[in-house]
Amino acid sequence: MNLGAFAPILAMLVLAAAFAVLSIVVSAFLAPHRPTRAKYSAYESGVEPGRLPQGERYPVKFYLTAMLFVVFDVEVIFLYPWAVVFRQLGVFGLVQMGIFVGLILIAYIYDWKRGGLEWD
Amino acid sequence: MTSSEQAELIVFIILAPLAVVTALGMVLTRNAVYSALLLVVNFFCLAGFYVLLEAQFVAAVQVIVYAGAIMVLFLFVLMLLGIGNEVVVKEQMRGQRPAAVLLALGLLVAIVGALAAGVFDAEPASLAAANEGGNVEAIGRILFTRYTFAFETAGILLVVAAVGALVLGKRQP
Amino acid sequence: MHPLAQATTQPLPLPEVDWRAIAPELALAVAGVVLLLVVAFWPRAGRGVLAGLTLAGLAAAAALTVWNWDLERVAFEGAVSLDGITRYARAVLLAVGALATLMVAQGDSREGEPDDSPPEVFPLLLFALLGMVLLAAASDLLVVFIALEILSLSLYVMAGETRRLAAQEAAMKYFLLGAFSSAFLLYGIALCYGATGSTNLLEIADATGDPTADGTLLLAGVGLLAVGFLFKVSAVPFHMWTPDVYQGTPTPVAAFMAAATKVAGFAVFLRVFAGALGGLVVSWRPVIAGAAVLTMLVGAALAVVQTDLKRMLAYSSISHAGYLLVGVAAAATVPAGVSASMFYLLTYAFMVMGAFMVVQYVSRLGPPDDDAIGERSSLEDYRGLARRHPWAAGLLAVFMLALTGIPPLSGFWAKYYVFLAGIEAGLTWLVVVAVISSVISAFFYLRVLVVAYLQEPVGDPGAETAPGRTPALGVALGLAGLLTVAIGLAPEALIAAARSAERILG
Repeated sequence: MNLGAFAPILAMLVLAAAFAVLSIVVSAFLAPHRPTRAKYSAYESGVEPGRLPQGERYPVKFYLTAMLFVVFDVEVIFLYPWAVVFRQLGVFGLVQMGIFVGLILIAYIYDWKRGGLEWD
Repeated sequence: MTSSEQAELIVFIILAPLAVVTALGMVLTRNAVYSALLLVVNFFCLAGFYVLLEAQFVAAVQVIVYAGAIMVLFLFVLMLLGIGNEVVVKEQMRGQRPAAVLLALGLLVAIVGALAAGVFDAEPASLAAANEGGNVEAIGRILFTRYTFAFETAGILLVVAAVGALVLGKRQP
Repeated sequence: MHPLAQATTQPLPLPEVDWRAIAPELALAVAGVVLLLVVAFWPRAGRGVLAGLTLAGLAAAAALTVWNWDLERVAFEGAVSLDGITRYARAVLLAVGALATLMVAQGDSREGEPDDSPPEVFPLLLFALLGMVLLAAASDLLVVFIALEILSLSLYVMAGETRRLAAQEAAMKYFLLGAFSSAFLLYGIALCYGATGSTNLLEIADATGDPTADGTLLLAGVGLLAVGFLFKVSAVPFHMWTPDVYQGTPTPVAAFMAAATKVAGFAVFLRVFAGALGGLVVSWRPVIAGAAVLTMLVGAALAVVQTDLKRMLAYSSISHAGYLLVGVAAAATVPAGVSASMFYLLTYAFMVMGAFMVVQYVSRLGPPDDDAIGERSSLEDYRGLARRHPWAAGLLAVFMLALTGIPPLSGFWAKYYVFLAGIEAGLTWLVVVAVISSVISAFFYLRVLVVAYLQEPVGDPGAETAPGRTPALGVALGLAGLLTVAIGLAPEALIAAARSAERILG
């Protein structure tokens, strides 16, 4: 196979990794180190990462959101090969994907109406 | 050996030990977040293998679904649990660990034995024909013609997953 | 236009869409989706309304099954095949689904208590049934896997439908072990594909006859497929989850699992092993026969020491899986093995549903359920049942005697035909083990009747709570009892219908 086609991806991976490492290393050497309380607080008044007591369980709503994300993510994956052969499939492909997306849409409506997308 | 085969070999030699090391690290580390991040690296190594096997679509799925969505799910949970919050579970059945190690070694012996016996030596049917016109297009062609039925049933499966997540995760008072 | 772009707009050869072939499945899918929308837009809908809609969907699917009865063909490029197994399994599964709907409609609430069971259990029941019917009809390993996942996923959620700790634990156990076994099955499918170049059962059947095919790889795949299927039908040594799951799960769901999963699981077992892999029978028969021996003996032996009726029924369902494996082992060389197994599934489904219905009935009489153990089903609760509730005790007797295999009840004929097929296939030793296991099993089935009929009731009968007003459970009990007796009195018509299932269309 032709690995050359993947050279840009490799280059981008190397660049991304280099940028991450470099910015950490360089800032560690160059930046002045004068910590204040404000600097250590969470960005934009975000959630303070804390430890839950032993045995305490995490709120399941995070898991629910992530799970629904996975479901819709998998749906999108199917659109990718479909889009490539869309012209060759014609109306048949359109109907086929319509049924599939329609099913997921019903799941989405259900989740919405049942409050699965509300945070509280 | 052609130059492209050489390149493949080099990539494999880089990725394979990395995959093994990250997999071991993921199991052995006591910190759940390190474990999850090692798993991400492992997923990327697998994506690399898929590329080497000329399954580019599967490689993309590996990155988007596994390294992306599923790891988000893991990290979500881990971050909320709090870093370093180890749950010590008392083992219910004695001798479970040695038995698990023994069985894992047995599996290793079986797979190495199968490799040595040449079970996996057979030439892949016809990769060139299967990948004609590009990997993604080839998958699209077969998925939306021959496997139409399987594709639509997969839609039902996703509906059940979405409903199940809500039923188990969210309780109406 | 660019020449390449022009080339890619060439239309593809499109598959033929055979709506009629999958009409019952379509009806189930539509009914499931409609119920989902009803739950979404009208969350306060009563259980009666939802159960009614579910039954309407099942009736439509049943009508379409009858309409398709004489259809014999492979549809959707070999994804599903319509043959005897498909139509027989469809009929049995829809009947089981209707009984399960009635049990679920009854719910787990006593009078004056809020119902803990969410309304989603009805659409999930329909989706689970859809998965099961598809599993029985699938003739492509990919569809087999997706169908299995649809039914498993629905059942995991249904098992944990109530907030009770026992139910949650059961769902968790079922999910973890089920996901593990799915991985085996998937690996097996991959290896079979690698060895034969196809996931289609007809093409795999052709490839097994080809001596140049890669035999070792295929056998490794077949072994992994067997592990996956044996887990789903809860055969030893993959049975560990069964007692815990059946005990913790709400009784209606446990009944549905015990009856319907077995029907679908064995239908696909027969289609894949006796059908597509029939050419390799010499290789797999010793494995299946060995699993059958272990399953029959371990299931029966462990059932003897149980003091909880639901747990005992779980072990009894394991030993029944053993008898069915005798049918599978015979089916590859003897066509009667297929029909005997299908007939066995029909009778077993109603017997075991009935037994669980009695459990549901009795568990609602006593004091409230224990959060950690689940619904009350200790044998103690059945002491003197005959005196307090003669009808329930009478039906319990019918189901227990049928499960034992006492003539003239349906269970006797089921065992009779399976044993006959086993002997015809030259597996006499296996049938001898099955008879020994039946004798052991008589002990624990009859012990339940001794407790119900001969022992004095404990506690004050006046302290019993009223079992709720919905007639659903009563109707379901009556139907299951009637079927068990009727099939026993006239098995010929149904075994004849099963005989038409003998030709497996890959």
